[in-house]
Amino acid sequence: MRLRLVPETTSFDFFKRWKIWLGISALMMVVGFASFLLQGLNFGIDFRGGTTIRTESTQAIDVGAYRDAMSPLGLGDVSITEVFDPTFEEDQHVAMIRIQAQEDGESISGEMIEELNAALATVAPEIKFVSVESVGPKVSGELVQTAVIAVVLAIGAVLVYIWLRFEWQFALGAVAALVHDVVLTIGIFSELQIKFDLAIIAALLTIVGYSLNDTVVVFDRVRENLRRYKKKSLAEVLNLSINETLSRTMMTSVTTLIALISLYVLGGDVIRGFVFAMIWGVIVGTYSSVFVASTILLWLGVKRDWSKPTTPTGNQFANIDA
Amino acid sequence: MLQIDLWKRVLIWLVCVAGLLLALPNAFYTRVEQSNDAVVAIEMKGETPERLEAAAQWPEWMPAGLVNLGLDLRGGAHLLAEVQVEDVYAARMAAFWPEVRKALMKERAIVGGINQQRSPADQIRVKISKPEGMARALEVVRGLANPVTSLTGAGATDIEVSAEGDVLIVRLTEAERLASDDRTVRQSLEIVRRRIDEVGTREPTIQRQGADRILIQVPGIGSASELKEIIGTTAQLTFNPVVGRGSDPDARAGVGNKVLPSLDEAGTYYTVEAAPVVTGEDLVDAQPSFDQNGRPAVTFRFDTSGARRFGDYTAENIGSPFAIVLDNEVVSAPVIQAHIAGGSGIITGNFSIEESTNLAVLLRAGALPAGLEFLEERTIGPELGQDSIDAGKIATIVAFVAVLVFMTLSYGLFGIFANIALMLNVALIFGALSLIGGTLTLPGIAGIVLTVGMAVDANVLVFERIREELKAGRGPARAIDEGYSKALSAILDANVTTFITAVILFAMGSGPVRGFAITLGLGIMTSVFTAIFVTRLMIVMWFERRRPKTIEV
Repeated sequence: MRLRLVPETTSFDFFKRWKIWLGISALMMVVGFASFLLQGLNFGIDFRGGTTIRTESTQAIDVGAYRDAMSPLGLGDVSITEVFDPTFEEDQHVAMIRIQAQEDGESISGEMIEELNAALATVAPEIKFVSVESVGPKVSGELVQTAVIAVVLAIGAVLVYIWLRFEWQFALGAVAALVHDVVLTIGIFSELQIKFDLAIIAALLTIVGYSLNDTVVVFDRVRENLRRYKKKSLAEVLNLSINETLSRTMMTSVTTLIALISLYVLGGDVIRGFVFAMIWGVIVGTYSSVFVASTILLWLGVKRDWSKPTTPTGNQFANIDA
Repeated sequence: MLQIDLWKRVLIWLVCVAGLLLALPNAFYTRVEQSNDAVVAIEMKGETPERLEAAAQWPEWMPAGLVNLGLDLRGGAHLLAEVQVEDVYAARMAAFWPEVRKALMKERAIVGGINQQRSPADQIRVKISKPEGMARALEVVRGLANPVTSLTGAGATDIEVSAEGDVLIVRLTEAERLASDDRTVRQSLEIVRRRIDEVGTREPTIQRQGADRILIQVPGIGSASELKEIIGTTAQLTFNPVVGRGSDPDARAGVGNKVLPSLDEAGTYYTVEAAPVVTGEDLVDAQPSFDQNGRPAVTFRFDTSGARRFGDYTAENIGSPFAIVLDNEVVSAPVIQAHIAGGSGIITGNFSIEESTNLAVLLRAGALPAGLEFLEERTIGPELGQDSIDAGKIATIVAFVAVLVFMTLSYGLFGIFANIALMLNVALIFGALSLIGGTLTLPGIAGIVLTVGMAVDANVLVFERIREELKAGRGPARAIDEGYSKALSAILDANVTTFITAVILFAMGSGPVRGFAITLGLGIMTSVFTAIFVTRLMIVMWFERRRPKTIEV
């Protein structure tokens, strides 16, 4: 007996409710974008400068006491959060302390860290600084710039590649799906206020790659079926292609998710945000390659035969709705 | 139909075996690392029984390349420093002033008396008492210019001389500034490298980044502050004549002099002549030692020209004090007792033994031509790195086993073929990483886990296609063959696009992110290789042996 995620033959009509799907996507994009505008991202020090210190001690952490111990140093905005993780041992108590970028100089000075250590040792004698990271405002500004360039460049490169390999309508459909995924990912990071740092940019780009992977597999089949079934309407061909590749889409998404979820649970708290972004990206990426990329392709229409003019797109939608 | 040439088969298996062999040392990480260290030690410092024993832990004929562990896994310090290239302009101008003065003095009859004016540090301003002689003054000072020594600045000269009324202004030209900046950064890079090598930590990364930045990564060091102590000080040692001593930091120093604080005595300030008699550049050696009272000190020796200048100066100034200045602080200001002819001396101060040792290292390695400003620093403790490795290991194994089980349940025998390919795939990633000396970071481990998930994709594409062909009524051999050829274009398109993003990540990212891009990129290449060559070869071999009438995928 074989494990089947999807029945052997499926004939779902993915475009019957295309308006609803596009509507949901558009709504979520608007919500995500609004959240980004209103609330903003919880940028890590990579992007806004400052210092984070990861402390470890055998005593339980009293955030208030930590704060009181640090206040005489006059460091400005300080945030202290306790970190919990199933991989920690019984008496391992970890906290993350974040300090805003200081006025004088770029990165934090060694004396400052020693002072801090001494101050915190009064409340937690065995405290250890297991990592100290400090980024000056000069570099963080550049990192933001590089990150934005990287994401835009990646999307641009993909647009060109798909345009070369397929038709421009495919490229637009794929890129619409990518933008959808990126916006939703940024949206959820802003909505849940998860720390957004350099690693998340890497995750974003991976999502771009992954979502594209899915989209390209569907499109590849569409291209093949368009050649094979000259008589079928574009909607039928798209539906057929998605159904044919559905089993593969699910298999790949599930194996990737299995791997990512084990990393999420067991991989430690340091990369949890990063893995979360990827899990989210795999889910929205799979969704978007079916419901966004293909729908946009249907909407734009594809020139089937160079000798004939393009079928007006309005007719196709009329057909589905009828 | 299902034919693969013998040479192709041999080649495919050879690649797999090579990958496995290259990956193998990583399974015995500590042992191979000790052995590698011992081999290097034997080469550098000769054989000892312990070293030979350590070296013998890993057979010589085996590949011994290891995957480098990134700072986030091994622990260590990371610094991004910006070289303050403008510092050099001021030093250049200060050194140039005596030359300008000498040249103008010769023309006294035409330009009249000269008087140095206060000016920004990167220029010299000289007032002449006969403004009508300005043309001659400009001509004379311009005659002092040298051609710029760089490729881009060919034909240009190093100084720019202009006049504002009766004031003559000398500054560096744009071409010379560019050339000077480049030299300064190169020199700083070299000196940082020498200082870190003197301390003898393993595998430091010291790279130039952009026009004026230096990236320094040292694994295994306790903290970034420790690293900063070694490389952060300019260690600019100078010997300057003392003009006066007092307690006012804002004392009027007079043109050509400057006020410097004392290193040990708070509230004491020395006024010294800005132009030094000798500098740290004239040193040939510096060693930690003790003075006659048994306190830690540093002894030093000048080269011949330095020794001559130092000797001449001490002979002419017996009885007057001179200052030993380190990074603009007066370490001590002894009175010259006698003519010091030997060219060696001793620096005493309130040093601890550690400080005197450090100072000797710094003086030996040479002074940084300019100050460093630290833009970014990260310290990762070794415990955190170890925790991350442990967590990453467990997560990878669990992910791996789960995917293996899932694939077997879904595709039966073909799933097992894919699983073997998947294991080979991970081995190949590690082999390739060891071969190119790539660095494994925590996001890099995530990259491998992601590849484990995605590597099955290519196989899934093929298997699903074979299923479809079987359903369409094709025979087993035909179905397998068609399955591979029809899935190929989807596999290539899908992987090329992901590869593009990996390349962009690699180009734009740094540190851990770059580590992720490397494993992702390698993972894509190896997974395509294993899916379209290795699994196929396994299926073909199985098929040739069994010749099944029907197959189930």
